[in-house]
Amino acid sequence: MTLAATSATFRSWRQPSIIPGFGLTFGVAMVYLSLIVLIPIALLILRTTQLSWAEYWEIATSERVVAALRLSFGAALIAAAINAVFGVIVAWVLVRYEFPGKRLIDAIVDLPFALPTAVAGIALTAIFAGNGWVGQFIEPLGIKVAYTSIGVVIALTFIGLPFVVRTLQPVIMEIERETEEAAATLGANRRQAILRVILPTLVPALLTGFVLALARGIGEYGSVVFIAGNLPYRTEIAPLLIVIRLTEFDYNGATAIATIMLAIAFVMFLTINLIQVWARRRFGYV
Amino acid sequence: MRRLVYGAVLSMVLAVSAQAQTTLLNVSYDPTRELYRAYNAEFIKFWKEKTGETVTIQQSHGGSGAQARAVIDGLKADVLTLALEGDINAVAEKTKKIPADWRGRLPNNSGPYTSTYVFLVRKGNPKNLKDWGDLVKPGVDVIVPNPKTSGGAQWAYLAAWGYADRLYKGDEAKVKAFVAALYKNVPVLDSGARGSTTTFVQRGLGDVLLSWENEAFLAINELGPDKFDIVVPPLSIKAEPPVALVVGNAEAKGATKVAQAYLEHLYSAPAQKIIAKNYYRPAKPELADPADLKRFPEVELLTIDDPVFGGWAKVTPKHFANGAIFDQIYKR
Repeated sequence: MTLAATSATFRSWRQPSIIPGFGLTFGVAMVYLSLIVLIPIALLILRTTQLSWAEYWEIATSERVVAALRLSFGAALIAAAINAVFGVIVAWVLVRYEFPGKRLIDAIVDLPFALPTAVAGIALTAIFAGNGWVGQFIEPLGIKVAYTSIGVVIALTFIGLPFVVRTLQPVIMEIERETEEAAATLGANRRQAILRVILPTLVPALLTGFVLALARGIGEYGSVVFIAGNLPYRTEIAPLLIVIRLTEFDYNGATAIATIMLAIAFVMFLTINLIQVWARRRFGYV
Repeated sequence: MRRLVYGAVLSMVLAVSAQAQTTLLNVSYDPTRELYRAYNAEFIKFWKEKTGETVTIQQSHGGSGAQARAVIDGLKADVLTLALEGDINAVAEKTKKIPADWRGRLPNNSGPYTSTYVFLVRKGNPKNLKDWGDLVKPGVDVIVPNPKTSGGAQWAYLAAWGYADRLYKGDEAKVKAFVAALYKNVPVLDSGARGSTTTFVQRGLGDVLLSWENEAFLAINELGPDKFDIVVPPLSIKAEPPVALVVGNAEAKGATKVAQAYLEHLYSAPAQKIIAKNYYRPAKPELADPADLKRFPEVELLTIDDPVFGGWAKVTPKHFANGAIFDQIYKR
């Protein structure tokens, strides 16, 4: 009786589906999400309630926190944008062309996923420091990479690349060559075929990859602390500032910065999601 | 977070092995790895001869502040051997597992060894850096870790402060300007002492590294004396890394006696010899090998209880708390 009632209420707000198991999988999904994501974040937010609004606002607007947030979000945005451009090209080359060593290069794309970030940071610093392979040539030109905010962007570009490439590859595979041929027979030149036919199909996936790379970059700590100079107001990222607050035993200050980061990131991702919905409607692709 | 997991795993290991034999967990800071590896072997031998019991000692190393936080968050340390008194005080205050008067419970203010901060410079000292005053000159790059994330780096900051205080006869505005000028010459603030050593040695950045004395000796031994020189400034600071028994944890495990003996034995002749061999200055130099002692240069050392500092209880809020002097010198 009760069972029937519950399933009736279920039926009222879920999409009817012929695939069974909704109750079970939905329950598992919710428990899993709660344990892994929601409860830790709820505790984080609960912790900040120990601060009054005035204290919270003071932390959020203090010059140093603002500088660190600007660096973390700014560098992550630039890095994700760089990856969006070059990621498309890399994904395109890996899907559309055949060349010797393709499998190897395809595997190399995943390396930033697998490499411990500290190792990546140390390796990049070694290359870009004044006595490194690259650094010794560009530093005389007046371009300093290691221990500057450019270094932060480089580290975040490195760790963000696979996110863009891996989300784009299956979508590019889906585009049939006939689409381009049809565009050509209908009189589109090459540039038009790329800009008006191919790229629009990639926009939703590209945005997903962009968001993933961005999210990864905002929270990145391990690789950045090695290549950034960590100087307050200049090359200090927000996650480092959180660690500094923790070593001062200022747990509330640390969680305050963390929740500010969460809030900004949430608003950003929501905006991008809306753009994605719009793009889907506009271009009619998944 | 990783520390928490580590702590959980360790405490499980401890729970299992406690039934078999006594196990001590020594939670220490970064550069003491070599020292405690040697000392643990000595203590195990000593304890076996004295009581017939076999004791196992586990070591955990990391940044001093991070280690203190791990213990506050639940890591079951029996003894703490950290870089700063303030870190042990933090554990004492937040967990109540260490009595407030812990510093008086072992000889020499609970400091079985001391160390100091010295300059490591490129071979031949091309910029001719001899004293703290040389470090604020334009064009000199100084490498030092961030005192906010590295406990040891607080000693370096305080040494510079002590020098300037003497130079300007206590005029605090001028002292502050001096320290600010010094940190203006710092291109990278690494998060820990080892990180700074890497920046200076491997990346070739900077003219001088402010380094623990024992780290400077290790760097020269490992990398060859043909690359770097140690410069000892006429005045530096007496860094006193303290040790303490975490009474609450040791009692719960029934290991108070052996843990206390572990700390007391640090003051014995064999331990003081090991300490000097590992480039720490022994609390009782008369017990150490004179040949090892000769390696330590003569230098005038300020202590943390000198009136210019007034002890950690005054130093931490005045210099290193959120918004205190170290934060102020970076304000634009």
